[in-house]
Amino acid sequence: MTIKEIQDEIIEEFDMFDDWMQKYDYLIELSKDLPLLDEKHKLDENIIKGCQSKVWLQASKEGDTVRYTADSDAIITKGIVALLVRVYDQQKSKDILENELHFIDAIGLKEHLSMTRSNGLVSMIKQMKFYALAFQAN
Amino acid sequence: MALNLEKIRAQFPVLHQEVNGRPLVYFDNAATSQKPKMVIEAIAQYYNKENSNIHRGVHYLSQLATDKYEKAREAIRRLLNAKAVEEIIFTRGTTEAINLVANCLTRSLFKPGDEIIISAIEHHSNIVPWQMACEQSGAVLKVIPVLDSGELDMEAYKALLNEKTKFVTVNSISNALGTVNPIEEIIALAHAKGALVLIDGAQSVPHAKVDVQALDADFYCFSAHKMYGPTGVGVLHGKKEILEKMPPYHGGGEMIKEVTFEGTTYNDLPFKFEGGTPNIAGGIGVEAAVRFMEEVGVENIANYEAELLAYALEKLKEIEGVQFIGEAKNRAGLVSFNLEGIHPYDAGTVLDKLGIAIRTGHHCAQPVMDRFDVPGTMRASFAVYNTKEEIDVFIAGIHRVKQMFG
Repeated sequence: MTIKEIQDEIIEEFDMFDDWMQKYDYLIELSKDLPLLDEKHKLDENIIKGCQSKVWLQASKEGDTVRYTADSDAIITKGIVALLVRVYDQQKSKDILENELHFIDAIGLKEHLSMTRSNGLVSMIKQMKFYALAFQAN
Repeated sequence: MALNLEKIRAQFPVLHQEVNGRPLVYFDNAATSQKPKMVIEAIAQYYNKENSNIHRGVHYLSQLATDKYEKAREAIRRLLNAKAVEEIIFTRGTTEAINLVANCLTRSLFKPGDEIIISAIEHHSNIVPWQMACEQSGAVLKVIPVLDSGELDMEAYKALLNEKTKFVTVNSISNALGTVNPIEEIIALAHAKGALVLIDGAQSVPHAKVDVQALDADFYCFSAHKMYGPTGVGVLHGKKEILEKMPPYHGGGEMIKEVTFEGTTYNDLPFKFEGGTPNIAGGIGVEAAVRFMEEVGVENIANYEAELLAYALEKLKEIEGVQFIGEAKNRAGLVSFNLEGIHPYDAGTVLDKLGIAIRTGHHCAQPVMDRFDVPGTMRASFAVYNTKEEIDVFIAGIHRVKQMFG
């Protein structure tokens, strides 16, 4: 599936929910599904520190695609991290760099990307793109 | 005296709204308090009718604005029971007040090998300026450790004091833990060694009667926005004889007596430390904030908030998995805690959805979080307009959080 198709699929999933409670319960579920980052990758170099929560992101090159694994110490952040990984994992560097993320806004979780949240998610998205750029150059 | 809460709450327009479809419960007062109508109106009145630059104009509006601004200085003097208005210096906030002292003393007092003592439970703004002072002067930073209870280790403090100690600074109440520090004792011990003392009163002035003469600290500072006043205004109180000896801080207008290209003579106190056009509207807002506190009664505020805190603690203790961070015998204004196995960010996010504003995170006191080995805490902090009913809503919110993440 393309990045756009995956995002549309997520938006469709969230359309089923009537209120924030159901959305957050779903994020909690997603956080449980996220393949945990191997402890050996929970290194300082992979950490993205927010004021509020921490995110770990690890990336590797697989052919012309990028593989991501990630984790967070906060569950809601981790649920959103899981969605970001779902969108960008196994995609081509070029597609990761060219496609904008529209699903977070569309599913009503934009507040988690605001300045005051400082949960590491904004930096995580930048870092995901940075890896794509670095792997593309190699 | 029982407070007329309905009347008090009616003065705070911001409280009367829904957030995420629920009535707002505002428990983030240690970050900033809400503003009563009399403060908002004083600022509006200034811009609507009185706006003019102060201290230099001979025209009517300038005189009017100057009188109002200087009336604010007098109101602060009264609130702190300071000896003279010359000792009241307006700054942008507590942070700038601390930086002013650190900067001026770096240029006039600190020498290589001197020692500056801070505590392990300071806000970043009472850590970093002293690190910078040490970097520039060659002085050495010493830290009073904190006990598991959240109280300062006073024996360790006594052991740190010596003839090299030039300066001691602590907060009066910790913004991260709510610990009330024994500042009278800290000040007396420092003075016995000939060291100067600065007290960060940011969390005290809104909640308790402060008497700077009885306290005898050399410097005392706080921010107006945490005591029902506007943002962008703070106060540095300093003893006149010490302020007179200090070099000025920012160079510019207002702080000079005479300027030639050969040299400049500086203005008298307090203007020597107030370069540039000040926050006039802010100062006028502070005057109204002091009047608000005086009308309610500072002691009434302190007593009522103590009642709220005791009620919150009692209710929180009943909840399984609540871990208090800091359990000092003497606490004020706020409670800092975690829920076992639940990240403060997750808890704060869900409480927000329920219309409850608390603060989560490190509260600009990362060393405190490291000391207690937590990623952050949940902090509920109170003001005079909060109610026990709001605490009940908050407690119900905590149960909801536990249900979701437990």
